[in-house]
Formats: sequence, C-alpha cells, structure tokens
Amino acid sequence: MTQAAEFKKTRTESMLLNVGPSHPAMHGIVRIITELDGENVLSSDVEIGYLHRAFEKSSEQSGYLQVMPYTDRLNYVSPLINNTGYCLAVEKLFGLDVTERAKYIRVIMCEISRITDHLTCVGASAMELGAFTAFLYMIKARDYLYKIIEDVTGARLTISYMRIGGVKGDLPAGFEGKCREALAETRKVIKECDELLTKNRIFVDRLKDTGVISKEAALGYGITGPFLRSTGVDYDVRRATPYLVYDRFDFEVPVGEHGDNYDRYLCRMDEMEQSIRIIEQALDQIPQGPVLLGTDGKVIPAEDMVDEAKMGRVEGLGFRVADFDPTLAGANKYMYPEGHVNNKRAELPPKEDTYSNIEGLMNHFKMIMDGHGIRPPKGEAYFPVEGANGELGFYIVSDGTGRPYRVRVRPPCFVIVAALPVLINGGSLADIVPTFGSVNMIGGELDR
Amino acid sequence: MNDLHLTLQAQFPDDVLEVHNHFGDETAVVRREKIQEIAAWIKKNELFDLNVLIDLTAVDGSELKWKPRFEVVYHFYSVRKNHRLRLKVRADEKDSVPTLTGLWPIANWFEREVWDMFGIRFEGHPDLRRILLYPEFTGHPLRKDYPVNKRHPLIGPKN
Amino acid sequence: MEVMDDRFVSGGFQTSKLDAVLGWARKFSIFQYPFVTACCGMEYMSTACSHYDVDRFGAGLPRFSPRQSDVLFVVGTISHKLAPVLKQIYDQMADPKWVVAFGVCTCTGGFYDNYATVQGIDTLLPVDVYIPGCPPRPENVIDGLIKLQEKIQNQKQEV
Repeated sequence: MTQAAEFKKTRTESMLLNVGPSHPAMHGIVRIITELDGENVLSSDVEIGYLHRAFEKSSEQSGYLQVMPYTDRLNYVSPLINNTGYCLAVEKLFGLDVTERAKYIRVIMCEISRITDHLTCVGASAMELGAFTAFLYMIKARDYLYKIIEDVTGARLTISYMRIGGVKGDLPAGFEGKCREALAETRKVIKECDELLTKNRIFVDRLKDTGVISKEAALGYGITGPFLRSTGVDYDVRRATPYLVYDRFDFEVPVGEHGDNYDRYLCRMDEMEQSIRIIEQALDQIPQGPVLLGTDGKVIPAEDMVDEAKMGRVEGLGFRVADFDPTLAGANKYMYPEGHVNNKRAELPPKEDTYSNIEGLMNHFKMIMDGHGIRPPKGEAYFPVEGANGELGFYIVSDGTGRPYRVRVRPPCFVIVAALPVLINGGSLADIVPTFGSVNMIGGELDR
Repeated sequence: MNDLHLTLQAQFPDDVLEVHNHFGDETAVVRREKIQEIAAWIKKNELFDLNVLIDLTAVDGSELKWKPRFEVVYHFYSVRKNHRLRLKVRADEKDSVPTLTGLWPIANWFEREVWDMFGIRFEGHPDLRRILLYPEFTGHPLRKDYPVNKRHPLIGPKN
Repeated sequence: MEVMDDRFVSGGFQTSKLDAVLGWARKFSIFQYPFVTACCGMEYMSTACSHYDVDRFGAGLPRFSPRQSDVLFVVGTISHKLAPVLKQIYDQMADPKWVVAFGVCTCTGGFYDNYATVQGIDTLLPVDVYIPGCPPRPENVIDGLIKLQEKIQNQKQEV
C-alpha cells in the first residue's frame, strides 16, 4: 500500500481500465474495474452476478428431491460435494442417519470431486500463465476421474447422484480396481506437473508474493478452505466438525504460511494427494450393505416387511423382528408430523424397483408427485461441509410442506471474490491473472 | 453443547427475544436495534470468540404470516473454539437493520445481496446497491410475492 | 484418387466451384471464440484437450478476441445481465461468422425458467447449430462441430 501511495503522489493522471466480463485471461465471467497508474492497480471494484440463475428462487418452487439437479450446477467442477452438502442438511432436518456403505460412497465420491476441482483450478491458472502443457496433463487426469464418476453415476458432470437417505445406486462391479487405476494415473500426472511447475522459475516468480492476504483479513472476509489455510489458519470442516466418516481416516490438512498465490498452489497440490489417500483408505474400509436407508436390518414395521417380500427380497427376512401395531398398522402415520420420520417418506426407492415392480413404482410416484413428496418437520438447519473452495453450507428452512420454504447456500468463493480488491490493489495489472486463478472463481457458485 | 444461546440470553436478558436449539443449531433472536452491539460483544468475548461471520441471509415469512415480515439470519463461527451460533433479527419492509460492515468487511457484500434479493435496508452501509442483478431490475426476486418468471430483459424480446 | 494425383503431378488441373473450395478451406480452419460462462465450459475444456482433441477437426485454436474469430461458441447459461455483452461480442465479429449454441441453456433456457435467464440465445442472435445436453458430452460436441462443417461447406460463400 505504501508503494501505491507513492505512485499516487507522483502520478499525472490515473486510468480506468475495465477487465471483463468475458476476458481471455479469466475463466469465468466477472468484471473488474481497475484504476491504473501505469501498470499498477490503485483501486478496483468487482462486479458479479453475470451468472445469476436464481438457484434459491427455483429451489423454493420445487420439491426437496427436485432441488438436487440445481445443486449439481452450483459448483459445477465438484458437483458431488454440493449434492452431499444439500442431502446432509435435509437429513439433519429429518434426523436421518444414512447407512455405513452410503457414507463411505459419499466420501469417495466427494474426494474424487475435490481432486477434479483442484486439477481444474491449478491447470487453468497454470495455462493462464503460459504453462499450457500442465493444463493438458491435468485435464487428461481429470478425464480419467470423470470416467470413474460416469461409471458410478451415469453422467460426467451433472450427476444428481446423492439421494436424501443415501445414494442413487451402489458402486458398479469392479469399481475398486478401476478407481485405484485412475488414482495411480492421477498421481502420476500430479507428480509430472509438480516437476514442471513447482520449481519452475517463471511460475514461481509470477506466484510468489503476489495476491497476499493476512490471516486477520482473511478471517474478516469469512474466507475458508485452501485459501484460508494458505495463510496459516488450520481450519478444515472435515477436521473441525467431522461429518460422514471423515474421522476414521488418516489425512493431513496442508497449511501454508505466507498467504500468497504460491502457498495456495502448494496447498491445492498437497490436498490432492491427501484426497487420494482418503479414497484409498475408504476403499480398504468400505463395508458391504445397502446404500439407501430402510433395509439395513433395523426393526421394520410389518407392512414394510410385506412390501419387501412383494419385491422378492425375502432373504434375511426370517431373522428380523416385525414391529406390529396393535391398531391398524400405519394408520397413525400422519398424526405426528414432528416425530420420527418413516423412511419410506424420506427416500426414493432404488431405480431397479421403480422400473421393475409396482410397489417401487408407486413409492416413487408418491415421492415425486407435487404435494406428495417428502416433508421434513418444521424448523431450520444449517449444515457445513468442506467444499473444494471452502466451507459450503446449506441453510434450509422447512415449513412442513413438500417444498423447502427457503434454501440458502453459503457460497465459498463469493467471500473470496469479495476480498479480491484487497488482493490486487497495490500490485501490478499482470498479477491479477495468477491471483484470480488461485481464487478459483466458479460462476455457478458465486452468483447462484 | 456449549449452550451459547442461553449464556447470551443471560447476558442480554432484555435484548434476546427468543432462543432455541433445534437440530443442535444454537439460535438467538435479538432486538434489531441491538444487533451491532451484540455482534461486537460476541466477537470480543473470551467465551464466545466468534470471529468469523460465515453467512448472512434473510427469510421472507410472508407466506407463514410472520410479523414482522422478514428475518435476517447471521451465522457465526469461532475458529479457535470451534463452535457456531446463529443470530436472527426481525424486520419489516420499512425497517432498516444496522449494518455489520464495521465489524466484518464481508458483511458489505452479504448485505448488498440481501438488499438485492429481499429489499431489506441496512443502516450505515457504505455502498448499498444491487450486486447480483442490474440496476434496471425492478423488484426483489426472493420475496415470496415476486413471480418466479417475471423478467426484465435489457435487450431482446420483453417476456 | 490415383487419377487425381497423376493429374496434379503432371501439372494438370481439377475443376471445382469457387464456393466449394472456399467452403472446404473455411470448414477446416475454424477459429472459435469460446464465450464460456458456466458448467458447459468444463465439457468444452474436455473436448478441447487431449482425450477428445477437437484439433482433429481444424478447430483447435480458440481466439479470445472476437475480431479474430469465425465461430462464436456460446457455452453456458446467458443471464439477462450478460445478454448485452454477448450481443456486443457478436457484433464485433467479422463476417463470415457462425454461432453455435452449446448446451441446453443456450438453446432454450433449459430448466432455468426464471427471472434471471435468457430463454435461448436465438432470441438475441441468429444461431447456426444447436448442441443440446446439460452439459453435452464431448462426443456430442464433436457431432455438432461436424454438422457445422457440413453447413459451412454447403452454403453460399461470401467473399
């Protein structure tokens, strides 16, 4: 800042330069209005909202399950994490706890998504600095991971894989082997890029000591994720308030110290390695079992047991204890809107059932029809998960009907873009490019 | 469980209107005029130490017949203590809520977003203008009475 | 093929229409302007990189200046706030120019039928090829690109 003040003293006239909204050196649409003195940025103003798609308004118009595709398109580089965050928030409203296997699947898919996000972020920002090779390598690795995601979910990008109460379907046969193979390839690519970039003179000179932010400023702006960790604050939602089964894995939270672009790059590179470690441990530990709630050996009501038998799932039924209702079973189901929720009213049936028998089809139909969908009890809940950019929180207000009354997503990169003037003021115009690259601005999440 | 909401109620018995911890989220509804004072206090206080403003948003309760109409919702987090607290203030269309920009710089953008989406004014905000939408847009889309597909195109056909 | 080669070697000639030659030349040297806004950009990246390699079709060189490009790829949702920018970029491009609507949001607005989103960019610009999908797979994109090449080949060429 002192340097900027000095420039201010000697300047003759400052110039306003408009960068964006569609600028070659920026992935994503944002407009930065800079006041320049020669090459130095004196002040700047950031204009966002070019990708405002009314996520929150659209969510209020649709049922709880129909929000899922919208969440895919929030942070479209790591959609599985958004899915998980939304599901966990709704499950918090219900008081549901998903099955062990579903938790492990969620962890594996989230971490794969995190790697794709970091690969894109690092690759794209390296490309903007002229390192096109690294970009090609990293997108190559990302495509290996997309292949895995496609095997599991059926789509490459907008997956809608998570369900309230579990996941859409089980992992396909041979998943473990394919996943380990893809991870080995990814690891190779990360190592190659590490060799290409980390000690590369040009790359280091562009990143070191640019876009610096202090610990206090970062906290004041509410920044989380790799961006905050690069300043030396050890805050990771997976560690601070472990959700799913993150407390069972041995992983490190990489922490930087300077809070500049280079530390953020190193944090992201380290995090990819840690994510791979988490996935490998999860693959070792993952138990067998159902992936949606309801059939995991809990005491089940008698009428459910009949339904199970109708669907031909009779194995193991003999060992279960039926829970008979002395009155007519299920007749009092709707009397306790705030009580324990019947699982059948929370989760969609597996796709095989929907397509192959009438029970599953009816169940599906009842869930999807307007006015018949799932109804969490009244109340409000906030659930944070660790997104690729930082704390991704869903705040959901329920009024007891089939539609969420209010869905709010706490966007992690919104706060970072808000801090962008702090990062670029006083630096030179060219430093905006690496700084903006390390912000990892994702339009869908920023503007929603 | 730290019961921060109860401690806060004991500290400000007149200004905390309501507390609950549904689903484990500790929540206190405070008087609108006092939000600045209480936010500054929970930021400084050793026990609370809530140094990060995680989120700031609002809810339009007109379909639920809330009086007053809006609730502004603040989520705080403490990095050192690792706990959370939610504060809420209630406001009507005519009311303005004191800004938290002086305490957390991020409140600037969050409050601009709430103004943009709900039309709630923040008193003392340095630069209260639209953030996600454009100046030519009329209305506040996240209000419940705003139709979901009422458009205000800048160019091209009008609806 | 043999005959043709012989004629070339012996200094012969081949008859064709100027239109066909120009079309052939233009369809394999597509300089594209990727107007990337949203999710589809990720699939655009995948298409452009090693796995799918759009360079095989002569469209490997994205130009980030509208004045240097022939084909405008509109990749991702266009909001009303962004619509004037898109129109300006289209106007800046030199003739002959083509427009590809990449992804369902640009074709029809997709499932974003709300106050913020343009319901298809063909309300603003003339579109040559629509690539549906949310987002389209890279194979789908390449299919769309080949359709565009056919169109360029067969149209009346302006010189």
